[in-house]
Amino acid sequence: MTASAGKPAAPVALLAELTHRCPLGCPYCSNPLALDAWAEELDTPVWKQVFSQAAALGVLHAHLSGGEPAARHDLAEIVAHCTKAGLYTNLITSGIGLTQDRIKELARAGLDHAQLSIQDSDAPSADRIAGYKGAFARKQSVAEWITEAGLPLTVNAVIHRANILRSGKMVELAVKLGARRVEIAHTQYYGWGLLNRAALMPSLAEAEAAIAEVEALKQTFAGVIVIDHVIPDYHARYPKACMGGWAKRGLNITPSGKALPCHAAETIPDLVFWNVREHSIEDIWINSPAFNAFRGTDWMLEPCRSCPRKTIDYGGCRCQALALTGDAREADPVCHLSPLHDKVAKIAALREDAGAAAYSYRRMKSREPA
Amino acid sequence: MTGTSHTDAVSKPRLPRGVRLKYDETRGEWLLLAPERVIKADAIAVEILRRCDGTATFAAIVDDLAAQFSADRARVETDARALLEELAAKRMVEL
Repeated sequence: MTASAGKPAAPVALLAELTHRCPLGCPYCSNPLALDAWAEELDTPVWKQVFSQAAALGVLHAHLSGGEPAARHDLAEIVAHCTKAGLYTNLITSGIGLTQDRIKELARAGLDHAQLSIQDSDAPSADRIAGYKGAFARKQSVAEWITEAGLPLTVNAVIHRANILRSGKMVELAVKLGARRVEIAHTQYYGWGLLNRAALMPSLAEAEAAIAEVEALKQTFAGVIVIDHVIPDYHARYPKACMGGWAKRGLNITPSGKALPCHAAETIPDLVFWNVREHSIEDIWINSPAFNAFRGTDWMLEPCRSCPRKTIDYGGCRCQALALTGDAREADPVCHLSPLHDKVAKIAALREDAGAAAYSYRRMKSREPA
Repeated sequence: MTGTSHTDAVSKPRLPRGVRLKYDETRGEWLLLAPERVIKADAIAVEILRRCDGTATFAAIVDDLAAQFSADRARVETDARALLEELAAKRMVEL
């Protein structure tokens, strides 16, 4: 809770994981290891109610994600509903499962923007990373269909050891595909990314070279493409303000309706998540125990509690603090002020002797019985 | 680079698809919505942007603003150009 208490400011964004089904198997997927099964997914009327409530509460951006959201047959119906509710709709897609007709249908339904993932600028490598033969070629067509339909395109490239030497090439590929914006995002190690960390983490030297290359391209392509650069966390000096601050800007809804303050929040034990089947979005935003657990600054321990940056980075990422220190209230050890900062340095240095570890591809598994 | 980031008198600026000017009832303010971006639009920006319909020329927009607000035309032109070129660099306006 914030010191000022009272009602928290309205959320800006809602990320809807419409489904966890996905034809790709990217080893850095941000979905949890225990994926929601098809049978558990919210149905169309419940999703519509979620978006209506979100819009009424003040949400501006609706991010339609997954899994692969195109696996939902009601995708265009959901987009049309969001448009009617006044929401800005962003489709976050792998492109697999989209046809030219479906993209036209989405454009007609009012879709505002599409974000397409590209695994690498090198086709065989891209297909190997995705665990799906032909994915790269298909995505080239999808990008063309998106721009032909008049929709603005963002290319999203997640950077890791297998493609880091081609970070700049991926910016160039995005320009060639007609994207207005490209996200060059170094892998974040949660969920599947954490499981595959040994195979994904680049060396410090590779990371530094790639960052410099992409930063330089911001000048080269000024006015042509906007480059959003998410730099690797483990090599940073201060932590990122994860989610712009816990429960401050947005919320995630899982395929089965659980409302999370961030996509990895379920890794934190003892947090109580409310479900949209039982609570309204407004009730969740204001009263859900999980959202209030780390809202504001009152929950902080030292060195965060007395830190002048506490309302800049909010102590960094709770899930990473938990993963690396065992306590979600600790400072994110990415911060050089954390007494446990050397743990991160050790993990970041691991890569040198990690060898070529194989990927554990993201796959659907049924949950462990309760 | 593409020659599109410069405003001249015959430019017909417009908000491309994926960029929306919206009055937000919850917050009681005008916002410019774009992919992963929300920018607050002040009263002057709103007046400029709502005229960027892809048909009106930059010169006509400036004339209109100067007339409606009885303002110095050169001053209006400078302000409007600065705003539109800044947004064009972010790919939020097409000139």
